[in-house]
Amino acid sequence: MIDKFIASAAAALADVPDGATVMIGGFGNAGMPAELIDALIAQGAKALTIVNNNAGNADAGLAALIGAKRVNKILCSFPRQTDSWHFDKAYRAGELELELVPQGTLAERIRAAGAGIGAFYTPTAYGTRLAEGKEARRIGRRDYVLEYPIHADYALIKADRADRWGNLTYRMTARNFGPIMAAAARITVAQVRETVPLGELDPEIVVTPGIFVQRVVRIAPLRKAA
Amino acid sequence: MKKLDRKQIAARLARDIPDGATVNLGIGLPTLVADYLPKDREIVLHSENGVLGIGPRPAPGAEDEDLINAGKEPVTMLKGGAFFHHADSFGMIRGRHLDYCVLGAFQVSVQGDLANWHTGAPDAIPAVGGAMDLAVGAKHVLVMMEHLSKEGTSKIVERCTYPLTGARCVNRIYTDLAVIDVKADGLHVVETVDGLSFEELQRLTGVPLKRLATAA
Repeated sequence: MIDKFIASAAAALADVPDGATVMIGGFGNAGMPAELIDALIAQGAKALTIVNNNAGNADAGLAALIGAKRVNKILCSFPRQTDSWHFDKAYRAGELELELVPQGTLAERIRAAGAGIGAFYTPTAYGTRLAEGKEARRIGRRDYVLEYPIHADYALIKADRADRWGNLTYRMTARNFGPIMAAAARITVAQVRETVPLGELDPEIVVTPGIFVQRVVRIAPLRKAA
Repeated sequence: MKKLDRKQIAARLARDIPDGATVNLGIGLPTLVADYLPKDREIVLHSENGVLGIGPRPAPGAEDEDLINAGKEPVTMLKGGAFFHHADSFGMIRGRHLDYCVLGAFQVSVQGDLANWHTGAPDAIPAVGGAMDLAVGAKHVLVMMEHLSKEGTSKIVERCTYPLTGARCVNRIYTDLAVIDVKADGLHVVETVDGLSFEELQRLTGVPLKRLATAA
């Protein structure tokens, strides 16, 4: 029997080792697996490499993980925000390595990892500082830059509904990096709003098939005050 | 001379977006364009976080944190809209499926090079987002910016001094003073604001400008 449901976020992340590469889904608060990040902070793994579109904001979530000096390196497209003070401080102090990646290249490198692609040529960033030192090639009438996949040990993502096989649906723009990160990581942990019996999710609407998901934790949404 | 304000630049640009177009509005100033798109045209707005068919801002209290644009602002959906993941979203961009994107700029060169992601200051924290993908991917790259920097120098330059976002990618520039096409043989002035002569625009801009053949 296949049962990917795990009782708690803590149990789902208990085996994350020091030095792991961890993808974290979300764009803004949409799709941000806040409770899984809290559990990763509590779990204690350090010297992490983090893959996320941003580098944390305010004092919670990824920002708190950086603030706790648990991140050695971050791959992202947009670290600078008005409230990214934990990243800014660690970066300026030289405590944190940044690999800045154009957003579409970040997404495609993640996708390539999950799809078994060895490398790919993209036109993005050709002729710019972010392509310096990279192999370039003219194909047809366009210039391209060679980019390699980003694999991860873990992906922490937020989805909407799941069954015990790990099939996932998402909610609106919270989908963002979830499906591609799920495929790129060895162990994907999805926090979901609702778990449903097998057969409840119409196969036509499954966005991430369970083959890409190893662990599912239900996190009931906070009830908004009436 | 009557300089356009930011809203007027947005309104001027919006007039050029045709019925049926799919458009990505960059974060910041370009977002204003959404407010001025002609109501009688069906225009589909794309946002790189994974949505097509963005509608107006939600009413206060009706925001949903799962429904945002690339600027992380709450939005609504139009009938016909769709959600998709990030790799598909950027596939649409790089794959030349978007008709237009509108970007802000620090500088645009006479060749259409765009600089809009980094001031080049050594202590600046770099952030690029989707700008480089949009610059190479959209069928038409429209830039919206003030013509002159705070110091009064032209932001249209012979060569960008700030780090590039994309090379030879800009098609048209909308400023508070003029609309200018970037073509293989140089910059063509499409129009200037009321009270601004071609000669005066040329003096302010510094780099060589051409009169559009059809303009008087």
